[in-house]
Parts: sequence; structure tokens; C-alpha cells
Amino acid sequence: MAYLSEGSDWNFELLADYDAAIADLAHNTFGLDTYPNQIEVISSEQMMDAYSSVGMPVGYNHWSFGKQFVEVEGRYRRGQMGLAYEIVINSDPCIAYLMEENSITMQALVIAHASYGHNSFFKGNYLFQTWTDASSIIDYLVFARNYIAECEQRHGVTAVEETLDSCHALMNYGVDRYKRPSPVSAVEERRRQRDREEALQKQVSELWRTFPELQPAIKTREAPSTFPAEPQENLLYFLEKNAPLLQPWQREIIRIVRKMAQYFYPQRQTKVMNEGWACLWHYTLINALYDEGKVTDGFMLEFLQSHSQVIYQPPFDASFYSGMNPYAIGFNMFQDIRRICENPDDEDREWFPEIAGSDWLETVKFAMQSFKDESFIQQFLSPKMIRHFKLFQISDDDRNDYVEVGAIHNEQGYRRVRESLAEQYNLSIQEPNIQIVSANIHGDRALTLRHQRSAGRPLDDHSADEVLRHLHRLWQFDVHLESVENGSVVQRYSMPPAPQAKTET
Amino acid sequence: MSYIIDRRLNDKHKSTVNRQRFLRRYRKHIRDAVNDAVNRRSIRDMEQGERISIPQKDLSEPVFHHGQGGQRSIVHPGNREFSQGDRFKRPDGGGGQGSGDGDASNQGEGEDEFAFQIDKQEFLNFLFEDLELPNLVKRHLEGAQVFKTRHGGIVSQGMPAKINIVRSMRQASMRRRALTAATRRRIRDLKTEREALLDEEQSPQRQARLQELNELIERLERRVERIPYLDTVDLRFNHHVKEPVPVSRAVMFCIMDVSGSMNQNMKDLAKRFFLLLYLFLQRNYDKIEVVFIRHHTSAKEVSEEEFFYSRETGGTIVSSALKLARDIIDERYPVNEWNIYAAQASDGDNWNDDSPACAKLIEEELLPKLQYFSYVEVMPRAHQALWDHYERIMERHPAAFSMAEIDEPGEIYPVFRQLFKKRMES
Repeated sequence: MAYLSEGSDWNFELLADYDAAIADLAHNTFGLDTYPNQIEVISSEQMMDAYSSVGMPVGYNHWSFGKQFVEVEGRYRRGQMGLAYEIVINSDPCIAYLMEENSITMQALVIAHASYGHNSFFKGNYLFQTWTDASSIIDYLVFARNYIAECEQRHGVTAVEETLDSCHALMNYGVDRYKRPSPVSAVEERRRQRDREEALQKQVSELWRTFPELQPAIKTREAPSTFPAEPQENLLYFLEKNAPLLQPWQREIIRIVRKMAQYFYPQRQTKVMNEGWACLWHYTLINALYDEGKVTDGFMLEFLQSHSQVIYQPPFDASFYSGMNPYAIGFNMFQDIRRICENPDDEDREWFPEIAGSDWLETVKFAMQSFKDESFIQQFLSPKMIRHFKLFQISDDDRNDYVEVGAIHNEQGYRRVRESLAEQYNLSIQEPNIQIVSANIHGDRALTLRHQRSAGRPLDDHSADEVLRHLHRLWQFDVHLESVENGSVVQRYSMPPAPQAKTET
Repeated sequence: MSYIIDRRLNDKHKSTVNRQRFLRRYRKHIRDAVNDAVNRRSIRDMEQGERISIPQKDLSEPVFHHGQGGQRSIVHPGNREFSQGDRFKRPDGGGGQGSGDGDASNQGEGEDEFAFQIDKQEFLNFLFEDLELPNLVKRHLEGAQVFKTRHGGIVSQGMPAKINIVRSMRQASMRRRALTAATRRRIRDLKTEREALLDEEQSPQRQARLQELNELIERLERRVERIPYLDTVDLRFNHHVKEPVPVSRAVMFCIMDVSGSMNQNMKDLAKRFFLLLYLFLQRNYDKIEVVFIRHHTSAKEVSEEEFFYSRETGGTIVSSALKLARDIIDERYPVNEWNIYAAQASDGDNWNDDSPACAKLIEEELLPKLQYFSYVEVMPRAHQALWDHYERIMERHPAAFSMAEIDEPGEIYPVFRQLFKKRMES
């Protein structure tokens, strides 16, 4: 069979040819289920733009995106970093950006990686299915952008910026972890937004009513001893609904940031899987192209070179080591699952009796659909992988003046290493557990949050104070944060600072 | 099914707004950095961008995250020599090993400063923010120089290339209607009459009348048809007029004392002050000329190179320079065509007898012609007569005259700002 192309130049016909060839393999040979693809060719400047708007094709204006842009631009201009080969957006159709500077090999790699790898992950993984609605995200972003621009006109850039700053500080606490959220839809948003402003304000006024006797219905009801009745983990949601003095537009902005947080929530939990899956498929698909005789040896050499760069894991003592490379661990784990299915040895049969010898395609798809990083590693990290990466676990306890190697890649260590690595990807352990426990609606309106310490890990003081300042800006009355360990308060932060705290500083 | 779209021609500068927001938020930091740059740079490279550094902590977008301490467990790759139970000292700072992945991205970078580049234009914008030229009024209309072509309405004569078709056709249509209105009304009346006749009983009179009417109608209709569809008088043409563009021009007199008492250090300070002034004027005027005058006991117009670098010694007579400035103005820069600025730098050393003369010269001969006169005294040992006389001028002409003292490089920019800060119009 003839080669699709020779040489490294690309043109639009060639892109279409490669896309068609890859699509044929992905859909018909491997049965990947994807959204339709929209492949956009952009220049490096546009790539920098895309970078600094967290990969969103439309975004509201905020200085933090400008900061990111300035940083990316500076480092790129000085040659300290290359730009990513691709950016892909979880939307329907799935938008992938190709940079015009790339050779045809890189374009084909990116098409396979983004438009078929990431794309099928977005469509298949349960977290994405639960938390995001790919078909409406672009519309929602447009709505958000216009709404915020309108607010800037009505209330001034500074006021909007301050509100956004505060919301961004709490963005990681803008997600319901355990409830299934309703998907975002722009059409509905617009329709409901005005009603909501009024209804919300009314509801809030009710809650903060100073003279309840004017409202006979309330008088008869027993006032709840605490509010909220249960601790609230979604800080932004609580503020949006209950902060006493916010303007309706500020509540809407909180909501927008909350929706963005929700949209990105699955991505934060599936870095390893998402990248691993995409790498698995660019590797598998391009190799299949090669097996069919559609690409040249030169193409393959270039492909393999960038592939191995992407999945390289530097050892911990390398000067450029910066933690585990999600591409490396993800790709190798998926490849390993395939190996366990196709050529299991005794160890695999002992560790993975259910999947050893099963159909590999079914198994990797099952893994992709039903897990997030934490559970994926817990379930599928094999002893062979631990040996491959020579993983070791370090226990660092501040009560000792040493750190200890807890486990290495040997028989006694496998489970402990695996558990520890899985935990490293567990957001609810990596992020401090902070919830709202009470809002004193009958008294001084003070808001109290509780930080539940785990494993004795304290909060970072400086950032905690800063975030409380933002929280205070939204709540507008006293805000307290108690750090609790074993049921007793170990540390207290307050905004405005409590008098005794002042003497310390 | 894939769509492949070429977006390369789309707008590249989607981040411009965000970038400006960023600059706006950190304008104080940037201004400080610009401030430093002014004092650090040499005269030649003032017109460049600048690398701005902002302490990372001022930029942080805080989020809740764990601090140091507690029990944690971290997995690393690439084990070579460790076995289970090995203990070793905790590495300092915890940069590579410590803070774990994901939660401490603000700190993990390990950079103390956030640095970025602003371009020349932005640099100057920050440099001269909130400053304005006093008495920026004269805008001279000078005929011979620049013209702008502007739409000048519709005219009835012109060349074929400029025909305005819509207007011409409209004109033709109006003319046709106007010229035929009476005839057409007539035809309508006659036709009504003919209709009426046709309803009547046949008779010779009726036949005759009908005949007559038909002929009349036919004649009139021919007359209507003879009106030309488009006539030369209908033609309309687009008209363009050339207008002279007002040019604002400025000339700046740099007057510096190069007598023996001014050392290289002082000259350097003066030079920087002049440079700032020059950059500032450049932003305000399209066309700017600079006249360099240096003086000791006698004044001389010199080139820029000579002005800043050649060495002289001797006594000081300031009025010589002022006189020369006056003469040059009279000779080359008519007051009604030029905005004239003068800046004088000196160490304040002057022949005592000369100072009253200087004051008189400035007040009576120069100030009426000038937009603004600024005087900086560089590292004076003690204020002398010249300063006192100038102070009196400043009291009488606060809008057109100002003076300040510079003791060290760091003061140049603040003094400059003070001299040119925006003032409320009185």
C-alpha cells in the first residue's frame, strides 16, 4: 500500500487523509467511541492565547489570565519552554488545536492523541459523564463571558475583578463532591438568570430578616439551632445562596466560577488516566498505520522520538525531576494492562485473576470508563510497573528528624507503594478538608469553617489568611476557621484578625 | 467525521485585554520598576522596553493548601540504593521532596520573582503617566505641509470617474417627474373624459370629440416620451477636499552651565533630566526640534554630542545663554508657529551681578514667548542669588515657570514628575 505522505511538510489535504486513516482504525478496528472532531490549525501566538485562558476557546477577562499569558510569552520568547503540541477541549464537537509549526508526523500524532485518545476519554469516562456536559460548555462560556463583561460595564471593572479574585481563591471548594450536579446549559442559564437574581435576593432577605414577627409563618416555626444543618463542603455554593449582603450579580459571578470549577473537576482527578489513555492510543494507532504500510520509516523514527520524550520519567535525583510524570505512568499502566491480558505470567494471574488473559480492548476500555486516577492506580498498578519505575515510598513525619524509606519495589513493598501512590492522586487527601459548620444567623452573623486535619498536616498559614480575607470579602461579616485535630481545635484563624492573634503578628 | 479548520488568520491577540488587566493591577510595581530603570539607564537606551520583576508573593492567587509538617507519604521513582527502613536526614526546604504534588503549585516553582517584559510604548506610558505638558495650546495650521483628503459633499461638476450613480439617477428621476407632471395630469384628465364619452350614446359629435381626444392624448404622450431619461444636468459627482492638517511643533531649548564648577557628575544628572524632557515632549508633539546651548561666560549653540561630552572651564554668566536663546527664537522660531520650551540646568553659580539681569531677561523677554521654563539646580552647595531671583519669578508666574533642585540621581525622576504633574486648570 502507498504511503500517505513522504517528507515532513503538511497541508490540509494531508491532514484530512491522516485523519481519515486514523479515524478508520480508531472507530472500526479498535471501536473507540468519540465525539465528532473539530481540528483547528493555529499559530504559535494563538497557542499562547489558548494556553493562558486555561485552554478555553472563550473566557471572561481577568488579570490572572493576563499574568499567565505574560509568563508563557516571556518564557517562550526566551526559549525556556516549548509550547505544547496540542490543546484539546472537552466539548462536543471535540476541539483540538494543532500548531502550524509542527511537521506532519507531529500533526498525525496530535490527531491520534487528542482527537481520538482524549476525545474518547471525555466521552467514555464516568467522571466526565457525570460532571460535564460537553455539548453545552461552549455556549455556557459565551454566556459567562458576556455576563461578566456586562457586569463590568454596570458595576466597574474593579468591583467585578475583586469578586472574581475572591471566587478564584475558593474555586477548589466550589464542587459538590458527592452529589451529581445538574449539567450546565447556556440557553437555560440565560432564561433563568433574571428570575434567579430576584428569587435569590428574596430568599436571602428572608434568611436575614431582622424582624421575624412581621412574618407570621416564620414565627410559628422553631428556629433551627444551627445553620447550616449539616456541614457544607461546597463553599462557593453556600456563599452564593446564603451570603447576606451580596448583590445579585455577585451571586451570579460566584455561580459562574462554580460551574467552571465543576467543569474542570474531572480533569483534575484524571490527569494520569487521561494522558495515559491518549498516549496509549496515539502509540497504538500510529503503530497500526505503520503496520498497514501507510507511513514511512522516517515518519516512525520521528514519531518514536517524540513519543519517548513525552513518556520519559526522570528519576527522583535528576535535577529536572518534578514529581511523577502522568504521561509516563499512565501510558505504561495501560500498556501493562494490555500485556496482562495478552501475555499474563504467574505473578499477573496471582495479582489480577479477573483480567489476566481477558480481551485487552474490553479491559482497557472498562478501566478508562470506570475509574479515576486514585482508584485506577489502586486497582491496576502491577508489581511489574513498580519494578519498572523503581518506585519507593518515603514516610515523612515531622515528629522525627529523619525521613524513612517505607517501602521499595520488592515483595513486601508493592502494596504499600501502590496505596501511597494512589493516595497521592486523591484530591480529598491532597487538598485540606475544609467545610462550613455554622453561620450565626441570630447573632453577629459570623461564619465558621472547620479544617479537619488528617495525619497532622497543618494549613499553610499565609495562604489560609489570604483566602480568609477573600472569604470575608464575600461574606462581609466575621469569618473564623478552626483547624481541628482529634476533636479539639488546634489552631484558629480569623478575619478580621482576633485581638489576641494581632499581638502575635 | 472531522472538520479541519484553518484558524491561523483569526485574531492573535485574544489575551491583550487580560494582559492589560494584569498591567493595570500591578501598576504600582511596574511604576517602581520603571522608576529604577530611569535612574539606572544610560541616556541612549531610554527608549526601550523594560523587564519588570514583581515579587512572587505579591502576585499569588491564594488557595487553601497544606503547610509543612504532619505525617506524609510520598512515592518517587528511580530508586537505586534504598532499601526498606533506611533513614536519612530530611532535606532542607523540602523543595524537591517535600511539599508533594498538586497542592503547592504556587511554591513549587521556586522562583522568587515573577518577571516579564513590557515594550517601549508601555514603558514610556508608565514613565509619563499622570504627567502633562503645561500650556499645551498652540497648534499651528501650516498650509504647505500635510494635507488630508476628506469627503466634501456632492457637486454637479467633476470627472467621470467620480460620478455618484445613485445621486445622479435620483436627480434624473426627479427631473423627469417634475417636467412631465403637468402633461401627465392633462393626459389623465383627457383619458377620464374619453372613458366618459365611451359610455355615452353614439353620435357624430361624440365621434369627433373622441377623435380629437385620441389625437391629443397621443401627442401629449409623445411629449412625455421626449423628456430624456438621463440628462447632463442630472449628473452628480463625489467631491473631495484637501485640508491642511494642523501640525503641532515644539522646540526645546536645553541650556546647560558648563563652567568649571560643573563636574562630570553634575552634567550627567543634568543630561538625564534633559533626556526625560526630550522623551516626554516627543510623545506630545509630532515634530520636535532641540536646541542645545551651553555656556560659561559666553554661550554657544552646539550639537548634542558636544553639549553632553565636551569639557570647558571658566566663569559663569547665565544671562549670555538666555540672550542667545532669545536671539535664536527671534531668528528661527516664530512664536506663533512653535511651542517653545526651555529647560535650564546649572549648579547655581553665577556672577552675582548677572542674576538680576537673568531674572529680568526671563521675565520680560523669554516668558512671553515660552510655553514653559523649567530650571533645575544640580547639587548646589548653597543657593545663591540666581535661585533667589528665580524664586521670585516663580511666585509671579506659577503656570509658566518652575524650578527644583536635584541632589542625586534618584531624585531626577521624582523632580521631573513634580515639575510636570497634571495640574488642575485654574
